[in-house]
Amino acid sequence: MTKTTAMRPAAEAPRTWRRKPFIANPLLRWGLWLCAALYVAVALGTLDVNWVRVWEGLPRGRQFLAAFFPPDFTTRWDEIYEGILESLWMTVTSTVIGILLSIPIGVGAARNIAPAPVYYVCRAILAVSRSFQEIILAIFLVKLFGFGPFAGFMTLSLATIGFYGKLLAEDIEDMDPSQAEAVRATGAGWLQWINFGVQPQVMPRMIGLGLYRLDINFRESAVVGIVGGGGIGATLNTAFDRYEFDSAAAILLIIIGIVMVVEYASGHLRKWVQ
Amino acid sequence: MAVAERDGQRIWTRRTTKAEFAVWAAWLVGVALFVYCWHKISELTIWDFVYDAPTQAADLARRMVPPDWAYSGELWRPVWDTISIATLGTALAVVMAVPIAFCAARNTTPSAVLVRPAALFVIVSSRSINGLIWALMLVTILGPGVLAGIIAIAFRSIGFCAKLLYEAIEEIDEKQVEAVRATGASGAQVMSYGIVPQILPAFAGISVFRWDINIRESTVLGLVGAGGIGLQLNASITNLAWTRVSLIILIIIGTVVVSEWISAKVRHAII
Repeated sequence: MTKTTAMRPAAEAPRTWRRKPFIANPLLRWGLWLCAALYVAVALGTLDVNWVRVWEGLPRGRQFLAAFFPPDFTTRWDEIYEGILESLWMTVTSTVIGILLSIPIGVGAARNIAPAPVYYVCRAILAVSRSFQEIILAIFLVKLFGFGPFAGFMTLSLATIGFYGKLLAEDIEDMDPSQAEAVRATGAGWLQWINFGVQPQVMPRMIGLGLYRLDINFRESAVVGIVGGGGIGATLNTAFDRYEFDSAAAILLIIIGIVMVVEYASGHLRKWVQ
Repeated sequence: MAVAERDGQRIWTRRTTKAEFAVWAAWLVGVALFVYCWHKISELTIWDFVYDAPTQAADLARRMVPPDWAYSGELWRPVWDTISIATLGTALAVVMAVPIAFCAARNTTPSAVLVRPAALFVIVSSRSINGLIWALMLVTILGPGVLAGIIAIAFRSIGFCAKLLYEAIEEIDEKQVEAVRATGASGAQVMSYGIVPQILPAFAGISVFRWDINIRESTVLGLVGAGGIGLQLNASITNLAWTRVSLIILIIIGTVVVSEWISAKVRHAII
Protein backbone atom coordinates (compact mmCIF):
# COMPACT_ATOMS: atom_id res chain seq x y z
CA MET A 1 0.00 0.00 0.00
CA THR A 2 2.97 2.33 0.42
CA LYS A 3 3.56 2.06 -3.30
CA THR A 4 0.09 3.16 -4.32
CA THR A 5 0.03 6.13 -1.96
CA ALA A 6 3.52 7.24 -2.93
CA MET A 7 2.72 7.24 -6.63
CA ARG A 8 -0.19 9.62 -6.31
CA PRO A 9 0.01 13.36 -5.73
CA ALA A 10 -0.69 14.35 -2.14
CA ALA A 11 -4.03 16.01 -2.89
CA GLU A 12 -5.45 12.85 -4.45
CA ALA A 13 -4.21 10.50 -1.75
CA PRO A 14 -7.05 8.58 -0.05
CA ARG A 15 -7.81 9.96 3.39
CA THR A 16 -8.29 6.59 5.04
CA TRP A 17 -6.16 3.54 4.56
CA ARG A 18 -7.86 0.31 3.61
CA ARG A 19 -6.17 -3.02 3.94
CA LYS A 20 -5.32 -4.88 0.78
CA PRO A 21 -7.77 -7.70 0.10
CA PHE A 22 -6.48 -11.29 0.03
CA ILE A 23 -7.52 -11.76 -3.61
CA ALA A 24 -6.58 -8.65 -5.57
CA ASN A 25 -8.99 -8.97 -8.51
CA PRO A 26 -12.44 -7.75 -7.30
CA LEU A 27 -14.31 -9.74 -9.95
CA LEU A 28 -12.62 -12.97 -8.91
CA ARG A 29 -13.06 -12.12 -5.23
CA TRP A 30 -16.80 -11.45 -5.41
CA GLY A 31 -17.23 -14.29 -7.92
CA LEU A 32 -15.65 -16.75 -5.52
CA TRP A 33 -17.86 -15.53 -2.66
CA LEU A 34 -20.94 -15.86 -4.87
CA CYS A 35 -19.94 -19.36 -6.00
CA ALA A 36 -19.31 -20.42 -2.41
CA ALA A 37 -22.68 -19.07 -1.26
CA LEU A 38 -24.46 -20.73 -4.18
CA TYR A 39 -22.70 -24.02 -3.53
CA VAL A 40 -23.57 -24.02 0.17
CA ALA A 41 -27.20 -23.22 -0.64
CA VAL A 42 -27.44 -26.00 -3.21
CA ALA A 43 -25.58 -28.50 -1.05
CA LEU A 44 -27.73 -27.78 1.98
CA GLY A 45 -30.84 -27.92 -0.21
CA THR A 46 -30.05 -31.35 -1.61
CA LEU A 47 -29.07 -33.01 1.67
CA ASP A 48 -31.88 -35.08 3.01
CA VAL A 49 -31.59 -35.08 6.75
CA ASN A 50 -34.14 -36.92 8.81
CA TRP A 51 -34.59 -34.26 11.50
CA VAL A 52 -37.13 -36.35 13.41
CA ARG A 53 -34.57 -39.12 13.78
CA VAL A 54 -31.91 -36.61 14.79
CA TRP A 55 -34.25 -35.20 17.45
CA GLU A 56 -35.00 -38.69 18.74
CA GLY A 57 -31.30 -39.46 18.87
CA LEU A 58 -30.37 -36.52 21.07
CA PRO A 59 -31.17 -38.24 24.39
CA ARG A 60 -28.94 -41.07 23.21
CA GLY A 61 -26.19 -38.53 22.59
CA ARG A 62 -26.60 -37.27 26.13
CA GLN A 63 -26.45 -40.87 27.37
CA PHE A 64 -23.23 -41.33 25.41
CA LEU A 65 -21.66 -38.22 26.90
CA ALA A 66 -22.78 -39.33 30.34
CA ALA A 67 -21.06 -42.67 29.73
CA PHE A 68 -17.70 -40.89 29.90
CA PHE A 69 -18.38 -40.11 33.58
CA PRO A 70 -17.33 -42.70 34.54
CA PRO A 71 -16.44 -45.04 31.65
CA ASP A 72 -16.81 -48.75 32.27
CA PHE A 73 -13.42 -50.45 32.00
CA THR A 74 -14.31 -53.60 33.91
CA THR A 75 -17.34 -55.34 32.34
CA ARG A 76 -15.74 -56.02 28.97
CA TRP A 77 -12.14 -55.80 30.18
CA ASP A 78 -11.10 -59.17 28.71
CA GLU A 79 -12.32 -58.25 25.24
CA ILE A 80 -10.80 -54.77 25.43
CA TYR A 81 -7.47 -56.19 26.60
CA GLU A 82 -7.42 -58.75 23.77
CA GLY A 83 -8.35 -56.08 21.21
CA ILE A 84 -5.68 -53.66 22.35
CA LEU A 85 -2.99 -56.36 22.30
CA GLU A 86 -4.08 -57.47 18.84
CA SER A 87 -3.91 -53.88 17.62
CA LEU A 88 -0.42 -53.47 19.05
CA TRP A 89 0.81 -56.73 17.45
CA MET A 90 -0.62 -55.61 14.12
CA THR A 91 1.00 -52.19 14.47
CA VAL A 92 4.48 -53.57 15.19
CA THR A 93 4.53 -56.31 12.54
CA SER A 94 2.98 -54.20 9.79
CA THR A 95 5.35 -51.29 10.41
CA VAL A 96 8.41 -53.57 10.31
CA ILE A 97 7.34 -55.55 7.24
CA GLY A 98 6.02 -52.48 5.46
CA ILE A 99 9.26 -50.59 5.95
CA LEU A 100 11.39 -53.58 4.91
CA LEU A 101 9.39 -53.96 1.70
CA SER A 102 9.36 -50.24 0.99
CA ILE A 103 13.16 -49.88 1.11
CA PRO A 104 13.89 -51.56 -2.26
CA ILE A 105 10.88 -49.84 -3.82
CA GLY A 106 11.84 -46.46 -2.40
CA VAL A 107 15.45 -46.84 -3.61
CA GLY A 108 14.12 -47.84 -7.03
CA ALA A 109 11.82 -44.82 -7.12
CA ALA A 110 14.59 -42.28 -6.55
CA ARG A 111 15.35 -40.57 -9.86
CA ASN A 112 19.01 -39.92 -9.13
CA ILE A 113 20.10 -43.49 -8.39
CA ALA A 114 17.70 -45.73 -10.33
CA PRO A 115 17.68 -46.33 -14.09
CA ALA A 116 14.56 -45.09 -15.91
CA PRO A 117 12.61 -48.39 -16.33
CA VAL A 118 13.07 -49.31 -12.64
CA TYR A 119 12.11 -45.76 -11.69
CA TYR A 120 8.81 -45.88 -13.57
CA VAL A 121 7.87 -49.35 -12.27
CA CYS A 122 8.56 -48.37 -8.65
CA ARG A 123 6.76 -45.02 -8.96
CA ALA A 124 3.75 -46.86 -10.40
CA ILE A 125 3.74 -49.31 -7.45
CA LEU A 126 3.85 -46.38 -5.02
CA ALA A 127 1.08 -44.49 -6.83
CA VAL A 128 -1.22 -47.52 -6.83
CA SER A 129 -0.58 -48.34 -3.19
CA ARG A 130 -1.28 -44.74 -2.19
CA SER A 131 -4.45 -44.26 -4.20
CA PHE A 132 -6.38 -47.00 -2.37
CA GLN A 133 -8.18 -45.95 0.75
CA GLU A 134 -7.01 -48.15 3.61
CA ILE A 135 -10.54 -49.20 4.51
CA ILE A 136 -11.37 -50.28 0.96
CA LEU A 137 -8.14 -52.23 0.87
CA ALA A 138 -9.07 -53.81 4.20
CA ILE A 139 -12.46 -54.93 2.88
CA PHE A 140 -10.82 -56.79 0.01
CA LEU A 141 -8.08 -58.29 2.13
CA VAL A 142 -10.63 -59.50 4.67
CA LYS A 143 -12.41 -61.25 1.78
CA LEU A 144 -9.14 -62.84 0.70
CA PHE A 145 -7.52 -63.76 4.01
CA GLY A 146 -10.56 -64.23 6.21
CA PHE A 147 -11.50 -62.31 9.36
CA GLY A 148 -8.80 -61.59 11.89
CA PRO A 149 -5.62 -59.64 12.43
CA PHE A 150 -3.77 -61.07 9.40
CA ALA A 151 -5.98 -59.07 7.01
CA GLY A 152 -5.41 -55.97 9.12
CA PHE A 153 -1.67 -56.62 9.15
CA MET A 154 -1.64 -56.90 5.33
CA THR A 155 -3.66 -53.68 4.94
CA LEU A 156 -1.38 -51.67 7.19
CA SER A 157 1.76 -53.12 5.55
CA LEU A 158 0.57 -52.14 2.08
CA ALA A 159 -0.38 -48.66 3.28
CA THR A 160 3.04 -48.33 4.92
CA ILE A 161 4.79 -49.21 1.64
CA GLY A 162 3.07 -46.36 -0.19
CA PHE A 163 3.76 -43.83 2.55
CA TYR A 164 7.30 -44.80 3.45
CA GLY A 165 8.50 -45.65 -0.05
CA LYS A 166 7.44 -42.28 -1.41
CA LEU A 167 9.09 -40.33 1.41
CA LEU A 168 12.26 -42.43 1.18
CA ALA A 169 12.48 -41.83 -2.57
CA GLU A 170 12.03 -38.08 -2.08
CA ASP A 171 14.63 -38.02 0.65
CA ILE A 172 17.17 -39.85 -1.52
CA GLU A 173 16.49 -37.40 -4.35
CA ASP A 174 17.21 -34.51 -1.97
CA MET A 175 20.50 -35.91 -0.67
CA ASP A 176 23.87 -34.27 -1.09
CA PRO A 177 25.40 -35.86 -4.23
CA SER A 178 28.97 -34.90 -3.36
CA GLN A 179 29.09 -37.28 -0.39
CA ALA A 180 27.83 -40.16 -2.51
CA GLU A 181 30.30 -39.15 -5.20
CA ALA A 182 33.15 -39.30 -2.69
CA VAL A 183 32.26 -42.86 -1.68
CA ARG A 184 32.01 -43.87 -5.32
CA ALA A 185 35.44 -42.37 -6.00
CA THR A 186 37.01 -44.81 -3.52
CA GLY A 187 36.01 -47.61 -5.90
CA ALA A 188 33.03 -48.86 -3.91
CA GLY A 189 30.60 -51.33 -5.49
CA TRP A 190 26.91 -50.46 -5.90
CA LEU A 191 25.83 -51.98 -2.57
CA GLN A 192 28.75 -50.37 -0.75
CA TRP A 193 27.88 -47.10 -2.40
CA ILE A 194 24.27 -47.32 -1.14
CA ASN A 195 25.40 -48.46 2.30
CA PHE A 196 28.11 -45.84 2.90
CA GLY A 197 27.20 -42.99 0.56
CA VAL A 198 23.40 -42.86 0.58
CA GLN A 199 22.12 -44.63 3.68
CA PRO A 200 23.87 -42.48 6.33
CA GLN A 201 22.41 -39.35 4.74
CA VAL A 202 18.78 -40.48 4.83
CA MET A 203 18.92 -42.61 7.99
CA PRO A 204 18.09 -40.03 10.72
CA ARG A 205 15.05 -38.69 8.92
CA MET A 206 13.88 -42.16 7.94
CA ILE A 207 14.04 -43.43 11.53
CA GLY A 208 11.90 -40.46 12.50
CA LEU A 209 9.41 -41.20 9.76
CA GLY A 210 9.35 -44.88 10.73
CA LEU A 211 8.33 -43.92 14.25
CA TYR A 212 5.73 -41.54 12.84
CA ARG A 213 4.34 -44.37 10.71
CA LEU A 214 4.19 -46.61 13.79
CA ASP A 215 1.99 -43.96 15.33
CA ILE A 216 -0.25 -43.77 12.23
CA ASN A 217 -0.48 -47.55 12.01
CA PHE A 218 -1.76 -47.78 15.55
CA ARG A 219 -4.47 -45.23 14.82
CA GLU A 220 -5.43 -47.05 11.64
CA SER A 221 -5.40 -50.43 13.35
CA ALA A 222 -8.28 -49.14 15.45
CA VAL A 223 -10.29 -48.72 12.25
CA VAL A 224 -9.57 -51.79 10.14
CA GLY A 225 -11.35 -53.81 12.83
CA ILE A 226 -14.65 -52.18 11.87
CA VAL A 227 -14.58 -54.03 8.54
CA GLY A 228 -13.32 -57.30 10.07
CA GLY A 229 -9.57 -56.76 10.19
CA GLY A 230 -9.12 -57.60 13.87
CA GLY A 231 -7.87 -55.40 16.68
CA ILE A 232 -9.56 -52.92 18.98
CA GLY A 233 -11.82 -51.64 16.16
CA ALA A 234 -13.78 -54.89 16.23
CA THR A 235 -14.31 -54.56 20.00
CA LEU A 236 -15.39 -50.95 19.58
CA ASN A 237 -17.81 -51.83 16.81
CA THR A 238 -19.39 -54.53 18.98
CA ALA A 239 -19.72 -52.10 21.87
CA PHE A 240 -21.58 -49.61 19.67
CA ASP A 241 -23.79 -52.35 18.21
CA ARG A 242 -24.83 -53.36 21.71
CA TYR A 243 -25.36 -49.70 22.71
CA GLU A 244 -22.85 -50.26 25.51
CA PHE A 245 -21.76 -46.64 25.54
CA ASP A 246 -19.81 -46.90 28.78
CA SER A 247 -17.57 -49.65 27.37
CA ALA A 248 -17.21 -47.71 24.11
CA ALA A 249 -16.19 -44.63 26.09
CA ALA A 250 -13.57 -46.70 27.91
CA ILE A 251 -12.18 -48.00 24.59
CA LEU A 252 -12.04 -44.49 23.10
CA LEU A 253 -10.22 -43.19 26.16
CA ILE A 254 -7.72 -46.06 25.93
CA ILE A 255 -7.13 -45.33 22.23
CA ILE A 256 -6.59 -41.62 22.93
CA GLY A 257 -4.25 -42.50 25.81
CA ILE A 258 -2.14 -44.91 23.76
CA VAL A 259 -1.95 -42.51 20.82
CA MET A 260 -0.77 -39.77 23.16
CA VAL A 261 1.86 -42.05 24.71
CA VAL A 262 3.08 -43.28 21.31
CA GLU A 263 3.18 -39.74 19.94
CA TYR A 264 5.08 -38.44 22.94
CA ALA A 265 7.51 -41.38 22.95
CA SER A 266 8.14 -41.24 19.22
CA GLY A 267 8.71 -37.50 19.43
CA HIS A 268 11.34 -38.04 22.12
CA LEU A 269 12.98 -40.92 20.24
CA ARG A 270 13.11 -38.81 17.09
CA LYS A 271 14.84 -35.99 18.92
CA TRP A 272 17.29 -38.48 20.41
CA VAL A 273 18.07 -40.09 17.05
CA GLN A 274 18.52 -36.87 15.10
CA MET B 1 33.93 -42.39 14.72
CA ALA B 2 36.51 -44.29 16.69
CA VAL B 3 39.75 -46.16 16.31
CA ALA B 4 40.21 -49.76 17.40
CA GLU B 5 43.53 -51.45 18.16
CA ARG B 6 43.92 -54.84 16.53
CA ASP B 7 47.29 -56.71 16.44
CA GLY B 8 49.06 -53.46 17.20
CA GLN B 9 47.46 -51.79 14.19
CA ARG B 10 45.04 -48.89 14.40
CA ILE B 11 41.89 -49.59 12.43
CA TRP B 12 39.11 -47.11 11.67
CA THR B 13 35.69 -48.16 12.98
CA ARG B 14 32.43 -46.33 12.75
CA ARG B 15 31.48 -46.54 16.41
CA THR B 16 33.13 -47.07 19.76
CA THR B 17 32.78 -50.51 21.33
CA LYS B 18 30.21 -49.20 23.76
CA ALA B 19 28.10 -47.63 21.03
CA GLU B 20 28.43 -50.85 19.05
CA PHE B 21 26.96 -52.79 21.96
CA ALA B 22 24.13 -50.31 22.42
CA VAL B 23 23.16 -50.55 18.78
CA TRP B 24 23.37 -54.32 18.93
CA ALA B 25 21.14 -54.45 22.02
CA ALA B 26 18.58 -52.14 20.40
CA TRP B 27 18.46 -54.41 17.37
CA LEU B 28 18.09 -57.47 19.61
CA VAL B 29 15.15 -55.96 21.48
CA GLY B 30 13.55 -54.78 18.25
CA VAL B 31 13.87 -58.13 16.49
CA ALA B 32 12.64 -60.03 19.56
CA LEU B 33 9.60 -57.76 19.80
CA PHE B 34 8.85 -58.25 16.13
CA VAL B 35 9.17 -62.04 16.32
CA TYR B 36 6.91 -62.14 19.39
CA CYS B 37 4.23 -60.02 17.66
CA TRP B 38 4.49 -62.04 14.49
CA HIS B 39 4.09 -65.26 16.46
CA LYS B 40 0.95 -63.91 18.14
CA ILE B 41 -0.60 -62.84 14.84
CA SER B 42 0.21 -66.14 13.21
CA GLU B 43 -1.51 -67.97 16.09
CA LEU B 44 -4.70 -66.09 15.28
CA THR B 45 -4.45 -66.76 11.55
CA ILE B 46 -5.96 -69.63 9.63
CA TRP B 47 -3.06 -70.22 7.27
CA ASP B 48 -5.10 -72.31 4.81
CA PHE B 49 -7.03 -69.16 3.91
CA VAL B 50 -3.79 -67.30 3.37
CA TYR B 51 -2.35 -70.01 1.09
CA ASP B 52 -5.61 -70.01 -0.80
CA ALA B 53 -5.60 -66.21 -1.21
CA PRO B 54 -3.94 -66.01 -4.66
CA THR B 55 -6.61 -68.29 -6.17
CA GLN B 56 -9.29 -66.28 -4.41
CA ALA B 57 -7.81 -63.03 -5.67
CA ALA B 58 -7.70 -64.28 -9.25
CA ASP B 59 -11.30 -65.46 -8.95
CA LEU B 60 -12.42 -62.12 -7.51
CA ALA B 61 -10.59 -60.19 -10.23
CA ARG B 62 -12.29 -62.29 -12.91
CA ARG B 63 -15.68 -61.55 -11.39
CA MET B 64 -14.98 -57.82 -11.22
CA VAL B 65 -14.49 -57.25 -14.97
CA PRO B 66 -16.03 -55.70 -16.87
CA PRO B 67 -17.37 -52.92 -14.59
CA ASP B 68 -21.14 -52.55 -14.73
CA TRP B 69 -21.21 -49.22 -16.62
CA ALA B 70 -25.02 -49.16 -16.71
CA TYR B 71 -25.04 -48.70 -12.93
CA SER B 72 -23.15 -45.39 -13.14
CA GLY B 73 -26.41 -43.46 -13.70
CA GLU B 74 -27.43 -44.22 -10.11
CA LEU B 75 -24.09 -43.08 -8.71
CA TRP B 76 -24.18 -39.34 -9.47
CA ARG B 77 -26.26 -38.58 -6.41
CA PRO B 78 -23.96 -40.50 -4.00
CA VAL B 79 -20.89 -38.85 -5.52
CA TRP B 80 -22.51 -35.42 -5.01
CA ASP B 81 -23.36 -36.39 -1.42
CA THR B 82 -19.77 -37.50 -0.84
CA ILE B 83 -18.40 -34.19 -2.08
CA SER B 84 -20.97 -32.29 0.01
CA ILE B 85 -19.98 -34.24 3.12
CA ALA B 86 -16.32 -33.42 2.57
CA THR B 87 -16.87 -29.75 1.72
CA LEU B 88 -19.43 -28.86 4.40
CA GLY B 89 -17.52 -30.94 6.94
CA THR B 90 -14.31 -29.09 6.16
CA ALA B 91 -16.08 -25.72 6.36
CA LEU B 92 -17.57 -26.60 9.74
CA ALA B 93 -14.21 -27.88 10.99
CA VAL B 94 -12.36 -24.76 9.91
CA VAL B 95 -14.87 -22.51 11.68
CA MET B 96 -14.42 -24.47 14.91
CA ALA B 97 -10.65 -24.87 14.51
CA VAL B 98 -9.88 -21.13 14.39
CA PRO B 99 -10.77 -20.27 18.01
CA ILE B 100 -9.16 -23.49 19.23
CA ALA B 101 -5.96 -22.67 17.34
CA PHE B 102 -5.84 -19.18 18.87
CA CYS B 103 -6.32 -20.72 22.33
CA ALA B 104 -3.58 -23.29 21.68
CA ALA B 105 -0.91 -20.98 20.24
CA ARG B 106 1.58 -19.89 22.88
CA ASN B 107 1.61 -16.25 21.77
CA THR B 108 -2.16 -15.70 21.56
CA THR B 109 -3.62 -18.00 24.22
CA PRO B 110 -5.64 -16.19 26.89
CA SER B 111 -4.18 -18.44 29.60
CA ALA B 112 -1.22 -20.76 29.19
CA VAL B 113 -2.11 -22.66 32.36
CA LEU B 114 -5.82 -23.33 31.88
CA VAL B 115 -6.94 -22.73 28.30
CA ARG B 116 -3.91 -24.00 26.39
CA PRO B 117 -3.88 -27.57 27.78
CA ALA B 118 -7.65 -27.82 27.23
CA ALA B 119 -7.26 -26.71 23.60
CA LEU B 120 -4.37 -29.15 23.10
CA PHE B 121 -6.48 -31.97 24.56
CA VAL B 122 -9.28 -31.18 22.10
CA ILE B 123 -6.74 -31.28 19.27
CA VAL B 124 -5.21 -34.58 20.33
CA SER B 125 -8.51 -36.37 20.90
CA SER B 126 -9.92 -35.17 17.61
CA ARG B 127 -6.81 -36.35 15.79
CA SER B 128 -6.47 -39.72 17.47
CA ILE B 129 -10.01 -40.88 16.68
CA ASN B 130 -10.41 -41.84 13.05
CA GLY B 131 -13.23 -40.41 10.92
CA LEU B 132 -14.82 -43.83 10.63
CA ILE B 133 -15.03 -44.16 14.42
CA TRP B 134 -16.52 -40.68 14.73
CA ALA B 135 -19.04 -41.73 12.08
CA LEU B 136 -19.83 -44.97 13.90
CA MET B 137 -20.51 -42.97 17.04
CA LEU B 138 -22.60 -40.30 15.33
CA VAL B 139 -24.65 -42.80 13.34
CA THR B 140 -25.67 -44.42 16.62
CA ILE B 141 -26.69 -41.03 17.99
CA LEU B 142 -28.03 -39.08 14.99
CA GLY B 143 -29.18 -41.97 12.85
CA PRO B 144 -27.77 -42.95 9.46
CA GLY B 145 -27.40 -40.27 6.81
CA VAL B 146 -25.27 -37.44 5.55
CA LEU B 147 -25.59 -35.30 8.68
CA ALA B 148 -23.65 -37.89 10.71
CA GLY B 149 -21.04 -37.93 7.92
CA ILE B 150 -20.63 -34.15 7.86
CA ILE B 151 -20.23 -33.93 11.62
CA ALA B 152 -17.85 -36.91 11.69
CA ILE B 153 -15.65 -35.27 9.05
CA ALA B 154 -15.81 -31.97 10.93
CA PHE B 155 -14.85 -33.47 14.30
CA ARG B 156 -12.03 -35.43 12.75
CA SER B 157 -10.65 -32.39 10.92
CA ILE B 158 -10.73 -29.92 13.85
CA GLY B 159 -7.57 -31.37 15.35
CA PHE B 160 -5.65 -31.42 12.08
CA CYS B 161 -6.62 -27.87 11.07
CA ALA B 162 -6.16 -26.43 14.56
CA LYS B 163 -2.75 -28.09 14.97
CA LEU B 164 -1.35 -26.75 11.69
CA LEU B 165 -2.96 -23.37 12.27
CA TYR B 166 -1.60 -22.90 15.77
CA GLU B 167 1.85 -23.84 14.56
CA ALA B 168 1.47 -21.15 11.88
CA ILE B 169 0.35 -18.62 14.53
CA GLU B 170 3.36 -19.43 16.69
CA GLU B 171 5.67 -18.77 13.74
CA ILE B 172 4.35 -15.29 12.87
CA ASP B 173 6.61 -12.25 12.77
CA GLU B 174 6.17 -10.52 16.15
CA LYS B 175 7.47 -7.22 14.78
CA GLN B 176 4.36 -6.64 12.71
CA VAL B 177 2.16 -7.34 15.71
CA GLU B 178 4.29 -4.96 17.76
CA ALA B 179 3.96 -2.26 15.08
CA VAL B 180 0.17 -2.53 15.04
CA ARG B 181 0.06 -2.50 18.83
CA ALA B 182 2.27 0.63 18.86
CA THR B 183 -0.41 2.55 16.96
CA GLY B 184 -2.69 2.08 19.96
CA ALA B 185 -4.81 -0.69 18.49
CA SER B 186 -7.09 -2.70 20.78
CA GLY B 187 -6.69 -6.45 21.25
CA ALA B 188 -9.20 -7.29 18.54
CA GLN B 189 -7.60 -4.80 16.16
CA VAL B 190 -4.15 -6.27 16.79
CA MET B 191 -5.63 -9.68 15.99
CA SER B 192 -7.31 -8.51 12.81
CA TYR B 193 -4.52 -6.26 11.43
CA GLY B 194 -1.39 -7.81 12.92
CA ILE B 195 -1.96 -11.56 13.14
CA VAL B 196 -4.71 -12.54 10.71
CA PRO B 197 -3.05 -11.18 7.52
CA GLN B 198 0.09 -13.16 8.37
CA ILE B 199 -1.66 -16.51 8.76
CA LEU B 200 -4.28 -16.10 6.03
CA PRO B 201 -2.27 -17.87 3.29
CA ALA B 202 -1.45 -20.76 5.66
CA PHE B 203 -5.09 -20.90 6.68
CA ALA B 204 -6.30 -21.14 3.08
CA GLY B 205 -3.66 -23.74 2.28
CA ILE B 206 -4.57 -25.88 5.29
CA SER B 207 -8.30 -25.76 4.45
CA VAL B 208 -7.77 -26.88 0.89
CA PHE B 209 -5.31 -29.58 1.95
CA ARG B 210 -7.77 -30.94 4.51
CA TRP B 211 -10.61 -30.79 1.98
CA ASP B 212 -8.59 -33.05 -0.28
CA ILE B 213 -8.01 -35.54 2.55
CA ASN B 214 -11.68 -35.35 3.50
CA ILE B 215 -12.85 -36.29 0.00
CA ARG B 216 -10.77 -39.45 0.42
CA GLU B 217 -12.21 -40.14 3.89
CA SER B 218 -15.81 -39.39 3.01
CA THR B 219 -15.83 -42.09 0.33
CA VAL B 220 -15.75 -44.78 3.02
CA LEU B 221 -18.00 -43.22 5.68
CA GLY B 222 -20.99 -44.93 4.06
CA LEU B 223 -19.65 -48.30 5.22
CA VAL B 224 -20.98 -47.50 8.70
CA GLY B 225 -24.08 -45.78 7.33
CA ALA B 226 -22.97 -42.15 7.27
CA GLY B 227 -23.97 -41.37 3.69
CA GLY B 228 -22.06 -40.93 0.48
CA ILE B 229 -20.84 -43.44 -2.06
CA GLY B 230 -19.67 -45.82 0.66
CA LEU B 231 -23.31 -46.84 1.16
CA GLN B 232 -23.48 -48.13 -2.43
CA LEU B 233 -20.09 -49.78 -2.03
CA ASN B 234 -21.24 -51.57 1.09
CA ALA B 235 -24.52 -52.66 -0.53
CA SER B 236 -22.76 -53.96 -3.63
CA ILE B 237 -20.25 -55.92 -1.56
CA THR B 238 -23.00 -57.43 0.58
CA ASN B 239 -24.90 -58.45 -2.57
CA LEU B 240 -21.69 -59.83 -4.11
CA ALA B 241 -22.30 -57.57 -7.12
CA TRP B 242 -18.61 -57.41 -7.98
CA THR B 243 -18.98 -55.68 -11.35
CA ARG B 244 -20.67 -52.80 -9.50
CA VAL B 245 -17.94 -52.81 -6.85
CA SER B 246 -15.26 -52.35 -9.49
CA LEU B 247 -17.21 -49.47 -11.05
CA ILE B 248 -17.61 -47.76 -7.68
CA ILE B 249 -13.92 -48.15 -6.95
CA LEU B 250 -13.03 -46.64 -10.31
CA ILE B 251 -15.31 -43.69 -9.57
CA ILE B 252 -13.80 -43.25 -6.11
CA ILE B 253 -10.27 -43.24 -7.52
CA GLY B 254 -11.35 -40.77 -10.20
CA THR B 255 -12.89 -38.43 -7.62
CA VAL B 256 -9.82 -38.63 -5.41
CA VAL B 257 -7.45 -37.91 -8.31
CA VAL B 258 -9.51 -34.91 -9.45
CA SER B 259 -9.75 -33.49 -5.93
CA GLU B 260 -6.02 -33.95 -5.46
CA TRP B 261 -5.40 -32.06 -8.69
CA ILE B 262 -7.72 -29.21 -7.68
CA SER B 263 -6.13 -28.95 -4.25
CA ALA B 264 -2.61 -28.92 -5.72
CA LYS B 265 -3.63 -26.17 -8.19
CA VAL B 266 -5.28 -24.01 -5.53
CA ARG B 267 -2.40 -24.40 -3.09
CA HIS B 268 0.03 -23.53 -5.84
CA ALA B 269 -1.98 -20.38 -6.60
CA ILE B 270 -2.06 -19.32 -2.93
CA ILE B 271 1.52 -19.96 -1.91
